[in-house]
This record gives sequence, C-alpha cells and structure tokens, in this order.
Amino acid sequence: MAIDIYKINPEFRDIMPKEIIDLEENATWAQNQEKPRGIKELPETKEILEEHSLCAGCPEAAALRYVLSALPKPEETIIVNSTGCTSLMFPHIALHTVHSLFGNQNAVATGIRRVLDWRFPDTEKDVVVLAGDGATVDIGLDYTLQSFFRQENITTICFDNEVYANTGGQESGATPKGQVFKMAPTGKKFEKVKMWELAVTSGCHYSMNMTASAPKSVAKAVREAILVAREIGPTFLNIYTPCILEIGLSANEGLGEMKDQDKDRFASFKHVSPEAEEFLKKCKAEGKL
Amino acid sequence: MANQGPAYYSPYPAAVYEGVITPPEGKALLLETVVDEEVAMREIAKVMLTKENATIFPGPQVLYGYNEEAKKKATLIKEMAEVLNAKMIPMYDYRPKYPKIDAEVEINPNHPNLTIWHNNIKAAIFIGVHCHYANVALKMVRCETDCYTVAICGLSGHEDAMATLRDQHSSELEKFIKIAREVKSELKL
Repeated sequence: MAIDIYKINPEFRDIMPKEIIDLEENATWAQNQEKPRGIKELPETKEILEEHSLCAGCPEAAALRYVLSALPKPEETIIVNSTGCTSLMFPHIALHTVHSLFGNQNAVATGIRRVLDWRFPDTEKDVVVLAGDGATVDIGLDYTLQSFFRQENITTICFDNEVYANTGGQESGATPKGQVFKMAPTGKKFEKVKMWELAVTSGCHYSMNMTASAPKSVAKAVREAILVAREIGPTFLNIYTPCILEIGLSANEGLGEMKDQDKDRFASFKHVSPEAEEFLKKCKAEGKL
Repeated sequence: MANQGPAYYSPYPAAVYEGVITPPEGKALLLETVVDEEVAMREIAKVMLTKENATIFPGPQVLYGYNEEAKKKATLIKEMAEVLNAKMIPMYDYRPKYPKIDAEVEINPNHPNLTIWHNNIKAAIFIGVHCHYANVALKMVRCETDCYTVAICGLSGHEDAMATLRDQHSSELEKFIKIAREVKSELKL
C-alpha cells in the first residue's frame, strides 16, 4: 500500500501542481525498479528533497540528497530525526519522517521499528535515524548506544559537523580537542569521541567514518548499512558535513574542507561484522547492491 | 482544562474555549448549534451555491488513491464540485512551501489564509485533510479571513469550522450531493 499514497486519483490530476505529478511519475521509487536506486539518477529524476532552508553551500544538504537517493525502498522507509540543522530539511522531504525530542531519536526509532514489525510482518520496512553529532554523540549518546546494545534493526546516520551549529556554536562530544567556537571560547578540553569505534564496541554490525566529499561512497555506505540493519542488526554511519559558517568558510569551500578531512580526522574507517559481510555478499549476488 | 495544552499557545482563539465542541454521532454543527445532519447539509449547499468563489480544498486523504474508499470519494468530490459550481484547490501535503507559495493554485495548512485572500474565497469545504492540520488551518482561516468554512470529516468533525459534518464516508457524500442538487434547483441556479 505504501507506494499508493503517491498515486494521484485521476479525478484530481488536472488540479495538482506539476511538482506533485513529477513526484509520482519521475521520482525513483523502488517498486518496479530492476536496478537499485542511486545517485546517478539525481540529475534526471524528481528528487525526494527538492527545496530546503539550509544555508547556501551547506554540505549537509548535499549529503542528505545522497542519502535519500540511495535508500533501498524510500516508499517503505521512515526517517527519524532530531533537533538541529537537519530538522530544517526534514519537513520538506516527501517521505515519512518523525521528529523526536533532542537526543531521543534512537529510542523513538526503536519504538517505530517494533510497531512496524508487528503491524507489517510481511513487508520490508526500513527505519533510519538521521541526526547531528549533538543529538547522536552528545545529548543522545545514551539512547544511541542503548539501541546498539539491544541490537535494534535500525540504521543510525550521524551528520557530524563537530559543533552545535544550529544554536550558535557550542562544543559537542564530536568536537576535536582545542577547537574554539563562538560559544566555546576557551577551546575543547577533551578529544573527539570516535563514535564509529564506539559503535563497533557497542555491537554495530556495520560502522563507517567518512566525509560527504564522494557522493558514490556515501550512497554505497547508506545502501549497505540499511540492508544490514534490515536483516542483521544495528548499523552506524558517521559522515562529516562541516558547518561552513561556524568554521569560517564561504559557500563554495565546503567540498574542499571535506576533501581535506578525508585524510585527517575523517580518514576512512569501515567495520563490517562477519555475518554482515556474508549477508552483503548475498545481496550483491542478488543484485540488491 | 480548557486553558491548558498546546492549543493554549496558539495566537488564534479556539472554539473549544468558548464551549463549542464537536457534534454527537448522527448530528452536525452549524456555528455553535447542534443540528440534524440533513439540516446542516442543506445549509452548506446553500452557502456554497450563493457565496463568491466557493472552493473545495481536497486534502491528501482523498487526493491520493491509496485505497478503494479514497478512489470512490475522489469521484464523488469531483461530482460535488460540479453540482456546487465550486473551484478546487488541492492541499496535497503539509510540507512548508519554500521559497513562495503559488496562492493561485495551491493551499498549505501552514498559511491557508494566503490562498483564501488571494482568490477572494468566501466559502470553502475542507475534505480529506488530516484532522490535526485541519484544526490548525481552520483556526487561521476563521481569524484571518471572512471565509465560511465547512469541514467534511471522516471522524468526529471540527468545531473550528463554521459548519461541520462528521463520519462522512462515500455513502454520506452521495447523500450530500443529492441534497445539493435539490437546493440548487430550489434556488433556480
């Protein structure tokens, strides 16, 4: 039934704006699609997120587009988000999204996951948490880790900009040591929490640290993480999406910053558990990847 | 209790604070008065046929064909628009509109008054709009415009509309269309 909510009743086609007709006809839904969705379709299809209210040049907006383009089944996906810059984009996504209280996103996602399993036992549904580093690694660290401990079948994606950017620049657990922000004038006193390593220790079957500089890599990681979460257990992606305003860059410098960090704090880290690896091989053989 | 809860923070007064509540089963609400469903249907049809730029705002629950009832309702709403000589402007989803809403062709529950001002709508039917957004939109419309609002609801109705019908499914819509035809011929329109 999920895809049917995007099908316009024929009686109303003449009054619907073009963008909504486009969403039905030209967005990439998983249904009836032989090949997996991907970023290669972005230029020629209707995007699930077309407009947003983030700053010009914000890498987060680009990263979200890559994430949305790579969802295996967008019509069967529920995204749980938390307070922060990401919550400015979620009201514009043409998918089911649930906004949760700051930091509670993994607890809310747990509830949604369990209800979906009970309500739609025969349908593959994906629950994806998408929140910033403040919600994931700082205020909501407990909820994030507890969901890993419980082996919940959810994918957690952290858009790590290393700061509470939305509220004016306070340090978070993901801020690197010594970093100065407007509201952290003496500099961070502790090391950056390596959440991707903590995720492995806490039981995630797939954990990655990366930047959003390479769209294909982001899309691949998202797809793999969601498929593993669907069948095996919790997965985690830490994606660097710098706040260009807070670190004093202009709108066209976000990509350069991410590329620089590819070799530094966000040097590629990937952990796949043996059972997840086995499962991904199977997915590849079946053409799901 | 009336002065508690999220609605208390709304800048728009809520009808429930004035003691106006949704009608009981089998009844309808005209302003503050509980009346028989048929009486309300006649009044709604009369208002829609006589006010300027009467418009139906179909919401997501009828715009999209996600089940048989939604498909059937769509056909009936189209027929209803023809009988009432009403325009239709869709409220296709609830996402805020950026950068700017095209008030000529769409309505958004976050600022429904813009569309009503722009099109100079004096009577409107909300149908198939999810209740929580209908509640927001109807309060705004009542306070910001002089539009006569009608809520045709599949659940328990909306006290913030000028007229509300509750438990409206395809069979009730057929009844409303029949009554609207009668009113139309009585008014010789």
